[in-house]
Amino acid sequence: MSGERATLALRVVPPAVLGFGRGRRLIERNLLVARRTWWVPLSGIAEPVFYLLSIGIGIGKLVTSIPGPHHSLIPYAPYVAPALLASSAMNGAVYECTFNVYFKLKYAKIYDAVLATPMGAADVARGEVVYAMLRGTAYAAIFVVMMAALGDIRSAWAVFALPAAVMIGLAFSAVGMAATTYMRGWTDFDMVQLALLPMFLFSTTFYPLSTYPRWLQVVVELTPLYHGVSLTRSLTLGYVGVGDVGHAAYLVAMGAVGLAVASRRIRTLLLR
Amino acid sequence: MATPPALRATQYFLLAYRRTWRASIMSTFVSPLLYLLAMGVGLGSFVNKGGGAASLGHMGYLQFVAPGLAAANAATAAAGESTFPVMGGIKWTRTYFAMLATPLRVVDVLAGHLTWIGARVAMAVAPYLIVMAAFGVTPSPEAAAVLPAGILVGMAFSTPLVAFAATQDNDGSFSLVFRLGMIPLFLFSGVFFPVSVLPVGLRVIAYATPLWHGVELCRLLTLGRLGAASAAVHAGYLVALAVVGAVIASRTYTRRLRT
Amino acid sequence: MPGEPLIYGRGLVKQFGTVRAVDSIDFAVERGEAFGFLGPNGAGKSSTMRMIACVSPRTSGDLSVLGLDPDRDGARIRGRIGVVPQEDSLDLELTVRENLYVYGRYFDLPRSELRPRIEQLLRFAQLTERGDDRVEPLSGGMKRRLTIARSLINEPELLLLDEPTTGLDPQARHALWDRLYRLKSQGVTLVLTTHYMDEAEQLCDRLVVMDRGTVAAEGSPQGLIGRYCTREVVELRFGPGESERHADKVADIPERIEVLPDRLLLYTDQGDATVEAVQRRALAPVSVLVRRATLEDVFLRLTGRQLVD
Ligand SMILES: Nc1ncnc2c1ncn2[C@@H]1O[C@H](COP(=O)(O)OP(=O)(O)O)[C@@H](O)[C@H]1O
Ligand SMILES: [Mg+2]
Repeated sequence: MSGERATLALRVVPPAVLGFGRGRRLIERNLLVARRTWWVPLSGIAEPVFYLLSIGIGIGKLVTSIPGPHHSLIPYAPYVAPALLASSAMNGAVYECTFNVYFKLKYAKIYDAVLATPMGAADVARGEVVYAMLRGTAYAAIFVVMMAALGDIRSAWAVFALPAAVMIGLAFSAVGMAATTYMRGWTDFDMVQLALLPMFLFSTTFYPLSTYPRWLQVVVELTPLYHGVSLTRSLTLGYVGVGDVGHAAYLVAMGAVGLAVASRRIRTLLLR
Repeated sequence: MATPPALRATQYFLLAYRRTWRASIMSTFVSPLLYLLAMGVGLGSFVNKGGGAASLGHMGYLQFVAPGLAAANAATAAAGESTFPVMGGIKWTRTYFAMLATPLRVVDVLAGHLTWIGARVAMAVAPYLIVMAAFGVTPSPEAAAVLPAGILVGMAFSTPLVAFAATQDNDGSFSLVFRLGMIPLFLFSGVFFPVSVLPVGLRVIAYATPLWHGVELCRLLTLGRLGAASAAVHAGYLVALAVVGAVIASRTYTRRLRT
Repeated sequence: MPGEPLIYGRGLVKQFGTVRAVDSIDFAVERGEAFGFLGPNGAGKSSTMRMIACVSPRTSGDLSVLGLDPDRDGARIRGRIGVVPQEDSLDLELTVRENLYVYGRYFDLPRSELRPRIEQLLRFAQLTERGDDRVEPLSGGMKRRLTIARSLINEPELLLLDEPTTGLDPQARHALWDRLYRLKSQGVTLVLTTHYMDEAEQLCDRLVVMDRGTVAAEGSPQGLIGRYCTREVVELRFGPGESERHADKVADIPERIEVLPDRLLLYTDQGDATVEAVQRRALAPVSVLVRRATLEDVFLRLTGRQLVD
């Protein structure tokens, strides 16, 4: 049976993550589809990896060192790499939960069929969010290996960078899915770009918060990617502190709120 | 006076754009500005302090990066306009076939679309000129020539890509063109750092890419340092690419549209 | 509980904003029967079906499905019924076989159980040869059969079919009816909606005639025809817009007369005698036809309008 290979991935993922009832059936469906065009999502990892290389062999030559956490001075590549890790987890999750979910919601009508079975709106939301998290985590895993190969990992804490990427994936896929339920057409997706690009460029990805005037620092500190970047940076550079618990809590809370809104919206949209 | 045939095709794209222009504001106007602020100003403050100043020949990083981004944005806009809309004209909206049902010929359709792409590229480059002037990084009057130079860069990307797009059955390969083509070009063709810092093997590849020639052309123009020899090399390369692309495109269009 | 209906609705209402799609209807479906909702587009059939399928909460009234309350036990009910929605909702990114597999997994069915059942359903839907093909290029009739096969993956005791044959050519319709007879003979309770009177007559043991959100009549096809119509109908066809003019000249002949723009329908128990009487009046219609009364005539009688226009 063709489904069996696809579901193997499900069995090796910790059941704790997936212990959420029937939502995982939707993941099984998505894996079955992805099997045929696996190179499309996989090629999405290329972008952050190219950035990593470009920083390492190019821009890193122009910026000799940069102020890191706790008044340290860090070479440029290890400083930027964890931020690129965070944003690749964000991108993987967001693209899955916006474009792909919108297509399934409005055009392919996948969820209309799903909801005719014992599955409910919350199962749909959880299934899609966890699937997007898996995609974001897969990107992050490849990226962490690249970082290690290029010598951009400077602490054993980095083993927790992957769980951190899972949290980033959760936060962004849940909120992305909730936002998608409000989209009225493809042109609304420019709003996704409008949210992602400034976050990518300004959430202390390329240089520290102290570069900005105070008011702008406050704005940056409110963005979710800032918390993701700070968390992964603490871990791969080895400057872990209590603040990181706050970053993690922010991401998990954002994921929980996003999930709740997404479930409710799917219900109002499809179970009229 | 009658409108030339190709421009009648261009008019269609203009009309379609009037319905969707809002969507392209983000890609052609907002994102350039954000890149310029984040890289030119933000990252620039560290480059200017660090080891970068020497390898940039002691010019400010914003000065260095702005014309590079202008050229890169021209290339990106051209690539976007030369892939999905071509597939649309052939398959989704079948606009090309609607045009061919009128007295327009295949070459008119192609020329009309390329003209429109040129206009879109101009729209993508112009904001950079304005922002660069506002930031005071356009010391030379020749900087105004970045606009035609940008359009040339755009055409050098556009003609080979429309030629390629017309051979495709679906849009699956386009995301690979961007992820494996445009993004590495954007990151390694001298936009963000001089290619002289690259290892020698990569440097040779960078010199061969059209974007590097476009970046150099625009950068030398803004600095007022474009000599006749480098103008001939950079512009010549881009013109040659655009012409060869156009010749191939007229073939692939004819093969695809004459059914 | 023996004797309790499988589905039971009383005073059932569905309101969308200002539109009252279903306006207080009563009905009961018994186990093992084929029950129909017959009515024109917009009558409220799909809205009713969606409430029964537990994908649309009722606005007010009572509804019980398999003895359970859809508001409370939606997931449990959905686990025991099969649904064929008005619009096919097949997964176009999957193959025929994968569609059945994935849908079965939504019901939490184990792989080992699904494997033989999928092959059996492919045979039932006459799709075994297309099992590994994508769904997209299949014909409308094949897609409909696949949707029905899919709805049977959980071996439901109750099957809901919303306009199962709308949009299919006559041959595909008959093939599909044949599959539905077989299901009924296996004891599956069928509930279907249709705006085709022939489909209702062929398939339904009992039906309700719906119009503008309300139930206009209820009974077996033959019972309804007997109650609301004569045995036969004489159709006199005239040129466009001319029928009205001739109506008065023959109105006294049949029991009842209906005037349509291009036709007069004369309701009578003796078709041939009526035709002779009409011919004596020298009207010269374009054509004359004697036929048996149908549910179409019942609907016309009840609402003054035609089912399909
Ligand atoms: N989701 C909805 N929102 C608003 N109005 C609806 C919705 N679904 C159905 N309606 C309206 O309810 C009425 C009954 O529709 P429906 O139940 O689909 O009828 P039928 O299936 O008999 O054609 C129609 O007027 C239709 O426009
Ligand atoms: Mg309907």
